[in-house]
Amino acid sequence: MLHGELELSLMDLETSKAVTPKPAVTPAPAFPRAESNLTESAAASARRTRIKSEEAGVALNLGELWQYRELLYFLTLRDIKVRYKQTLMGVAWVIIQPLLTVLIFTLVFNRFVRLDTGSLPYPLFALSGLLLWLFFANAVTNSTNSLLSNANLITKVYFPRLFIPAASVAAGLVDLGVAFLLLIALCIYYGVALTLNLLLVPLFILLMALLALGVGLLSAALTVKYRDLRHALPFIIQLWMFASPVIYPASVVPEKWKWLLLINPVAGIIEGFRASLTGRSFDWLHLSVSAAITVTLLIFSVYVFRRFEDTFADVI
Amino acid sequence: MKPAIKIENVSKRYRIGGLHPGYMTFREMIGGVVTAPFRKLKSGNGHQTLWALSDVNLEIGQGELVGIIGRNGAGKSTLLKILSRVTKPTTGEVELLGRIGSLLEVGTGFHPDLTGRENIFLSGAILGMRRAEIERKFDEIVAFSELEKFIETSVKWYSSGMYVRLAFSVAAHLEPEILMMDEVLAVGDAAFQQKCLDKMHDIRGQGRTILFVSHDMAAITRLCKRVVLLENGRIACAGGPREVVQHYLSSSLKTGAVREWTKQTEAPGDEVVRLRRVRVRAEDGKTIPVVDIRKPFGIELTYEVLDEGHALVPVIEFYNEEGTELFSTHDTNAQWRRLARPRATYTSTVWIPGNLLAEGSLVGHVSIMSHFPATVLHAYERNAVAFQIVDSPAGDSARGDYIGPMPGVIRPLLNWSTEINETTGANFK
Repeated sequence: MLHGELELSLMDLETSKAVTPKPAVTPAPAFPRAESNLTESAAASARRTRIKSEEAGVALNLGELWQYRELLYFLTLRDIKVRYKQTLMGVAWVIIQPLLTVLIFTLVFNRFVRLDTGSLPYPLFALSGLLLWLFFANAVTNSTNSLLSNANLITKVYFPRLFIPAASVAAGLVDLGVAFLLLIALCIYYGVALTLNLLLVPLFILLMALLALGVGLLSAALTVKYRDLRHALPFIIQLWMFASPVIYPASVVPEKWKWLLLINPVAGIIEGFRASLTGRSFDWLHLSVSAAITVTLLIFSVYVFRRFEDTFADVI
Repeated sequence: MKPAIKIENVSKRYRIGGLHPGYMTFREMIGGVVTAPFRKLKSGNGHQTLWALSDVNLEIGQGELVGIIGRNGAGKSTLLKILSRVTKPTTGEVELLGRIGSLLEVGTGFHPDLTGRENIFLSGAILGMRRAEIERKFDEIVAFSELEKFIETSVKWYSSGMYVRLAFSVAAHLEPEILMMDEVLAVGDAAFQQKCLDKMHDIRGQGRTILFVSHDMAAITRLCKRVVLLENGRIACAGGPREVVQHYLSSSLKTGAVREWTKQTEAPGDEVVRLRRVRVRAEDGKTIPVVDIRKPFGIELTYEVLDEGHALVPVIEFYNEEGTELFSTHDTNAQWRRLARPRATYTSTVWIPGNLLAEGSLVGHVSIMSHFPATVLHAYERNAVAFQIVDSPAGDSARGDYIGPMPGVIRPLLNWSTEINETTGANFK
């Protein structure tokens, strides 16, 4: 009677009542068994992990990334699957988005304002720029937000955090691959000539992915601590698009602003990508500057990311 | 043999409030840069720091199952987070030998929009399993979770019990050499909890090292051979589960073998009766915190009746350290039964015979009630006394010559008889 009234329990054990009715543990034997055989074999296969303090500095630890490589695959797969669950048109959105964007820009720049896009018809010109640009913009936006939306993982389990933004970029690559079908269709429609330049297409996609990763890692790491970035990012992305020859050709940029295109790796990559479609000769100087900036930025970003990584769980 | 976990001088500092909140905006940062020098001048130190752990040293051998207990904020979770590499220590170093698996929550990495199957792979990979390994164990994981029928359903349609079952099944098949768990057993229904405990027992049987943080003293005492008590980020004591749990209970409950209320107004009770003292006593009248299992002992209540005319019944309930209620006892002696008591101070003692209760830590909840005209609870004090029953190695208690652990909450010394049915002398020679 007393029990009902007072809900007595010694240690607020919600579980003990449920667990105790059955003797949970078989009585241990009187004399401890030798368990050493097992533990020794475990020791033989054991990996050694050293956890150093925050003061110990940054290690890039690329071997660990390789060790966890399958996780990148699963995180990418998750990002792709989740994005198109509960959508009516599913992956079709990957094609619809650039298609509609190209239609809009074609209407504006081909009908109302006449732009000289050289040998490429404007829709093809715009699509070739927009495909790479939309990939870049989405990859950067998604990877910037990726750490915050995976806060529950970061505070509960260890794995190389680099893979979270990297998976966002990789998922974008898959989308790009699908959207590429649209570009191929348009190329066939306009009868684009096959040239050796086409062989360099994967290189430009790779460069764009590395650039997206470089920018994404940096902004993702900074966003964990400074949430402002999330709000500022859409404007930065928009500005960046207009500062790059995505919907207009580089040739329309006045001579005194050309240096801006030179230091903007997006410009170099997109121009190079278009050159490989038209068979026009590449601007090797511009390309190598873009590649150099991309690689430098990526190394810097990985370093910054690794540096911030240790405190993610504490500040997120 | 090298220890599986070696923690050396580990400290963890968190910055709270002040200059470094959890995160800050650029504006705050820029503002901070401008005002920082002045702030430093003003207060000397711009931010508050909290040492979640300070100078923790601990070695855990391979194959050990160690429990970590302590109050909220004592640093248990921080320690586990450091060991599972979620966060880094501010100073100090940790060395781990073997594959590490950590379960700081149930369902790490689960995504509600993905199916059970997809989540097994995702969660498995996040917890550190190889794809081939997950494929190999997939059927086993599904069978353990008993969710065969729903494995192609998005987990957001699962009930919370189903979700937990799937999540634990993945975790249980992790097969790490060092497993760290934080309160994960506090979920699921009784049958599933039993399954989890069995699984943990299996894992231990395989010589793996387990670190187990819990508030569940029952599980801690049952499963662990060694327990570490954390207090304010330091190791307060470490040792056998019974001693450490007892230490924790007595320090956190502030209860011992005697409890006294010097001020009437602060004493538990109402306008009718106030409890003034509770103690555990031996036959010779001494207060004893440690009781010999073979000897009878008394719980003595001293109480003051402030309002006459009530028939009062003292009641004591006994709980063991696992939170199991052993029994409760009401005063049924004819001396004061159904009799209105005059105003006075009374001392009532209940005697518990020797060779009745099992060894371990016990606490007594004390109450005083009356039943006429209706049942009223006048005074009630949880954890009024705590004491320890110890068994005897002399061979004259219920354990005889056996020295290992004995299960059960009672340990009566019973009569056994054995007769010889027929003499088969030749066979025994």
